[in-house]
Amino acid sequence: MSGYNFAYLDEGTKRMIRRALLKAVAVPGFQVPFGSREMPLPYGWGTGGIQVTAAVIGPDDTLKVIDQGADDTTNAVSIRRFFARVAPGLRTTESTAEATVIQTRHRIPETPLREGQVMVYQVPQPEPLFRLEPRRAETRRLHALADYGLMQVKLYEDIARHGRVASSYDHPVMVGDRYLMSPSPIPSFDNPKMHMSPALQLFGAGRERRLYAVPPYTAVRSLDFEDHPFVPLRANGRCTLCGSGESYLDEVVTDDRGGRMFVCSDTDYCGTRQARMKEAAE
Amino acid sequence: MTGLLPGFADPVVDAQSTFRAVLEAMARPGRVQRLPAPPAPPAPLSPAAGAVLLALADGETPLWLDAGADASEWARFHAGCPVAADAGGAEFVLAVGTPPALSALEAGTDEDPHRSATLILQVAALEEGTGWRLTGPGIEHEHRLHVTGAPDGFLAQWAANRALSPRGVDVILCAGDRVAALPRGTSIKEG
Repeated sequence: MSGYNFAYLDEGTKRMIRRALLKAVAVPGFQVPFGSREMPLPYGWGTGGIQVTAAVIGPDDTLKVIDQGADDTTNAVSIRRFFARVAPGLRTTESTAEATVIQTRHRIPETPLREGQVMVYQVPQPEPLFRLEPRRAETRRLHALADYGLMQVKLYEDIARHGRVASSYDHPVMVGDRYLMSPSPIPSFDNPKMHMSPALQLFGAGRERRLYAVPPYTAVRSLDFEDHPFVPLRANGRCTLCGSGESYLDEVVTDDRGGRMFVCSDTDYCGTRQARMKEAAE
Repeated sequence: MTGLLPGFADPVVDAQSTFRAVLEAMARPGRVQRLPAPPAPPAPLSPAAGAVLLALADGETPLWLDAGADASEWARFHAGCPVAADAGGAEFVLAVGTPPALSALEAGTDEDPHRSATLILQVAALEEGTGWRLTGPGIEHEHRLHVTGAPDGFLAQWAANRALSPRGVDVILCAGDRVAALPRGTSIKEG
C-alpha cells in the first residue's frame, strides 16, 4: 500500500477527527458528529473504530485488535493487517498487556487495563435512545435536557414483563452523571470494567458519523433501579480449555447430538492461562 | 516579515505525537506532557503553543491570536487557518498575553456543547505536584498543578466557565515544550 499517507487517512481528515476527539474527551459521553470517510471496507465492519485508530496511532504504538474477544477472527485479523500495511513502524500484538492501543468489537479484555492504554470501540449505533425515539433532532434535545425517562420506562417494562432487565448486551450507562451512553454492544458482563478505568476509552461509529469518549477515572454507572440493581450476566460454567471461572464465556456447539462446551471469549487471556498451566505441569 | 521560520520537521509524525500528548493532557487534567518534537515558532510563541496550533488548526478553524504579525503570518502559512478579528468568533484562541475573558469566547450550545472555543494559553511555567487542586473526570483522586503566570482572576473566570458545563471553553496550557489541559468539567481549588 505504498502511496498512502501514514495510517491511510489524509492529514486534513486526521486533524478533523483529532479535534472532535478532544471535544469528546472534554464532554464525557456526549456524541460528537464527525465527517466519516469512505474506508476500504464496508460500514458495519468497524469503519468508525478504524478512523479513530488511524487518527490516534503513531509509529511508536503497539496495536491489538479483537473481535468478540478473539484476536484470530476475520475482522480482527484484517484490521490488524490493514494497519500493519499502512502504518510503517507500528507493531501489532495479541497480548493485552503489551498493547498501547486496543481496537475492539464488542468486548473489553479480561486482563485489567492500565494507564497509557487507549481503547477504541467499534460502534454500530451510538444513540442509546435509538429504539425508543428514532428522530435524531429529538434525541439531541433529550440529551441536552438530560431527560432519560424513556430509557427508565423501557427498563421498567422489561422488569414488569420478564422479571429482570432484558438487555444482556449494550446495556445503557450514565457517564459522569450527565450523559446516557451506549457502551457499544459489549456484554453487560463488561460494563463494570468501564467504571473508573485507568485507560482512555474512545468510541467511533462510522456509518452514524459520531464519536464519543470516556476519560480515565470517570464514573460509568449501568442504568438500574434501587430495588432491581444491575447484575452483569455470565454463563454459569467454567472454560473447558483453561478452567477459568471468572472470564466471559462463549458457548460452542461441538457436534449435532447436542454436545456443547464453554470457552473463554478472550483468546489472549485463555491462551496465557493455558500456557501457564502447561508450564506448571512440566 | 524577515524570513519565515519552518513548521514541523516531519509534519505527519510530529503532528501525531503532538496530538497524542494533548489527548493525554485533556484526558488527565493537570498532568504535564512534554512534546517530543515541537517546532521553533517566531517569538513570542513558545514551541508548545506553536506545536498545538500546527497539530490542530487548519483552513476550517478560525484562529484569534495576540502574538503579533510574525506569529500570525507563521500560523497562516503553516496551518492555513483564517485569522479572526474577534475572539468570540474563533475556534482556537491563542493568547500569549492577557487572554480575552472566558465568558467572551464561544461556549457551544446545550445541543452542541462541542462547538465551543479552545483557548491555547501560553504561561511561564507548568509544574505538577504543587499549586492548584484539580478534581473531575480523568482524575482518580486529585491532581495538583502549579501554573506560573496564569492571568489575574483566572480561577474566578474558570469557576463561571465550569458552571456552564457541559457547555464551556476548554483550555490548553503551554509553557516551553510542555502542555497541560483544563477541560471544562475540571474543578480547580486554590492550593
